Amino acid sequence: MLGTHKQNFLKGARDGLPIFLGYFAVSLTLGIAAKASGITAFQAMLASLTNNTSAGEFIGFTLIAEGGSYLEMVLMELIANARYLLMSCALSQKMEPKTPTWQRLLMGHGVTDEIFSLSIRVPSKLDPFYTYGAIAVAVPGWTSGTFLGVILGNVLPASLVSALGVGLFGMFVAAFIPAAKKDKVVAGTVAASFALSYLINRLPVFDFLSSGMKTVLLTVLIAGAAALLFPRKEEAADGA
Amino acid sequence: MEHNIYIYIALMAGTTYLIRILPLTLIRREIKNRFIRSFLYYVPYVTLAVMTFPAILDATQEPLAAALALVVCILLAYFGKSLFLVSVLGCVTVFITEWIMHHLL
Repeated sequence: MLGTHKQNFLKGARDGLPIFLGYFAVSLTLGIAAKASGITAFQAMLASLTNNTSAGEFIGFTLIAEGGSYLEMVLMELIANARYLLMSCALSQKMEPKTPTWQRLLMGHGVTDEIFSLSIRVPSKLDPFYTYGAIAVAVPGWTSGTFLGVILGNVLPASLVSALGVGLFGMFVAAFIPAAKKDKVVAGTVAASFALSYLINRLPVFDFLSSGMKTVLLTVLIAGAAALLFPRKEEAADGA
Repeated sequence: MEHNIYIYIALMAGTTYLIRILPLTLIRREIKNRFIRSFLYYVPYVTLAVMTFPAILDATQEPLAAALALVVCILLAYFGKSLFLVSVLGCVTVFITEWIMHHLL
């Protein structure tokens, strides 16, 4: 991407604003769940600051309430967050190969569904400062929302929480639809994703899979099939 | 056995962070293999699409409001509107639809 680090940081911060709003709304409900699990506002805030993941924290808080083992906690987090492994692989190809390790370590904290959707849609190679800008705006929303969720509980009107709840999905749509418009194969994978995701989430046979595992399985299956049937030409491969 | 909540949180954070950074730090160069390159190119779009649907339908009080918001977001994104606009107008669609359903119907 073009521009100085500072310009890219500010651009990331601006693009991160909808994430701030969405995170704030979602993490309020996370805080409410934390409270129900007997976790204090400070502990919930600490978990959000260091984990920065919705499904992983929901599962973690449930396990804490049940008094599960430490090993169980590690395994559940691996399953709930396995999709980040795929996102991290994709991001590794989005960065300049010479990007130093400390930048990669900082970037790592921004591998969330939403910040990833921003990082992956910038033209050509990613400037990590763009992601830092998004992290700097989004993570305080996530952390403060969790904190307030524990303290305030259900004071926000349900209609508002409900409306803010789709904000994050709107961001996902804004990431994959423009790509689908440009590339028919991407459009096909998106259509297949919607259809298969609907089936795997609505058919009771698949209830034994966590939602994180469903995402991983379908991603590997659909992206794998697309890569086998429609391998990309080398010169086009950087267009992501 | 008594568990310490801070150890729980540290384990959650440590496991999640390792998943996030291992590929980013270990894969230092451009992958040449055409299949893997293609696979990683398709991964983000598939993952985001899988996470969007049908989960969006369960994110609101009324699934119909979410479905309408999804259509609005897809149209706006198709016509090149900004991320912010797509996201915010999705929320507005839900708010208005639910208000109509709860107050006028």
